[in-house]
Amino acid sequence: MPSLKDLKIRIESVKSTRKITKAMQMVAAAKLRRAQEAAENARPYSERLANVMSGLAASAQDSPSAPAMLAGTGKSDTYLLIAATAERGLCGGFNSSIIRMVKARARELIKEGKTVKILTIGKKGREQLKREFEEAFVGHVDLSGHRRVGSEAAEAIAAQVRDMFATGEFDVAVIFFSRFKSVISQEPTARQLIPLQFEEAAGGDRRFYNFEPAEADILDELLPKAVSNQVFSALLENAASEQGARMSAMDNATRNAGDMIDKLTIVYNRSRQAAITKELIEIISGAEAL
Amino acid sequence: MTEEFRFELVSPERVLASEEADAVDLPASEGDMTAMRDHAALITTLKPGLLRVKSHSGTREFVVTGGFVEVSAEATTVLAEKAYAGDEITDELIDGFVSDAEKRVSETEGAARDIAETRLACMKSLRSEITR
Repeated sequence: MPSLKDLKIRIESVKSTRKITKAMQMVAAAKLRRAQEAAENARPYSERLANVMSGLAASAQDSPSAPAMLAGTGKSDTYLLIAATAERGLCGGFNSSIIRMVKARARELIKEGKTVKILTIGKKGREQLKREFEEAFVGHVDLSGHRRVGSEAAEAIAAQVRDMFATGEFDVAVIFFSRFKSVISQEPTARQLIPLQFEEAAGGDRRFYNFEPAEADILDELLPKAVSNQVFSALLENAASEQGARMSAMDNATRNAGDMIDKLTIVYNRSRQAAITKELIEIISGAEAL
Repeated sequence: MTEEFRFELVSPERVLASEEADAVDLPASEGDMTAMRDHAALITTLKPGLLRVKSHSGTREFVVTGGFVEVSAEATTVLAEKAYAGDEITDELIDGFVSDAEKRVSETEGAARDIAETRLACMKSLRSEITR
């Protein structure tokens, strides 16, 4: 039975933990709102770009001169896995669910005899993937300096990926991130970056466009942009998911701390009462003995 | 058939405009053009420049640094690399573009340099157009 003093210390410490988790939850909630807004503001662009691209891609894919970024290199020997995770922990299963997915994919590919290269975005992914796939690492992008995900950061990552593709360092690139479904639900997702894939535009009515300059030139200009945009939207979704995951994790932690305080307080009161009763019995039996 | 002609300007980060318009002046890479209702469906790239939207409520100007545009009979959708509206357009912003472009010219060679020089020329003409 812990002493009253021990219990009191324990309760105080859980209380200060609760204060911290509560504060973190509120910070995450504020950041989530901003991140969610950014992700939502970016959606129209991605949607329209995908619309135009899917039309262009459909007609270009059939021609033998289709750019490699769209048609692929014709091989699939080397895979580049891009793991986008958070810079910080304490966000529930957010990081680990992405990492688990990357690991599963990497093992599967290695088993099939493919070469796997890994590029990480965010510190947490690097820390955990380095243990198992040290030799597969080709780079790491640090986003801790950015307070907000900007298109410049995404553009830099995309440029790096495109350079690697141009020098033939990989055949297929896949980015792993967490899709933001709602505050309580984030879904780890893999999206193939190169060769680019687009979901068919809804409705399916194909317009016939004039192109100025020629279709192939436009495609050349748009493809890098489409890759950047895919990275950008993945990063934005990820940022929103991270804050959502952190918010619910911290909410749980705050609630658990509350429960713990309640339990400890009951134990504390009981033992205080027991001590008083014991003292009373001692006094009374002392008086009776006289 | 409706009499509407919709203008939308979106950048990767946000939607800058989504409104009814009468005519849109576009800095297309093959030369400036104006899109109005019933324009033939067209996709074209943009060079850095000034985008002007005329509607019954007046004329609004936007600065775009490139991108592309999809024109159809009922709508013009501009997907800009970066876009700025109204009071975001400052002398410092434009000067920044010009110096960035100058830097790129001095750093690159060959075909990339030609592209960089074209960009610089566009930025300079944009600056003169705005200060005018």
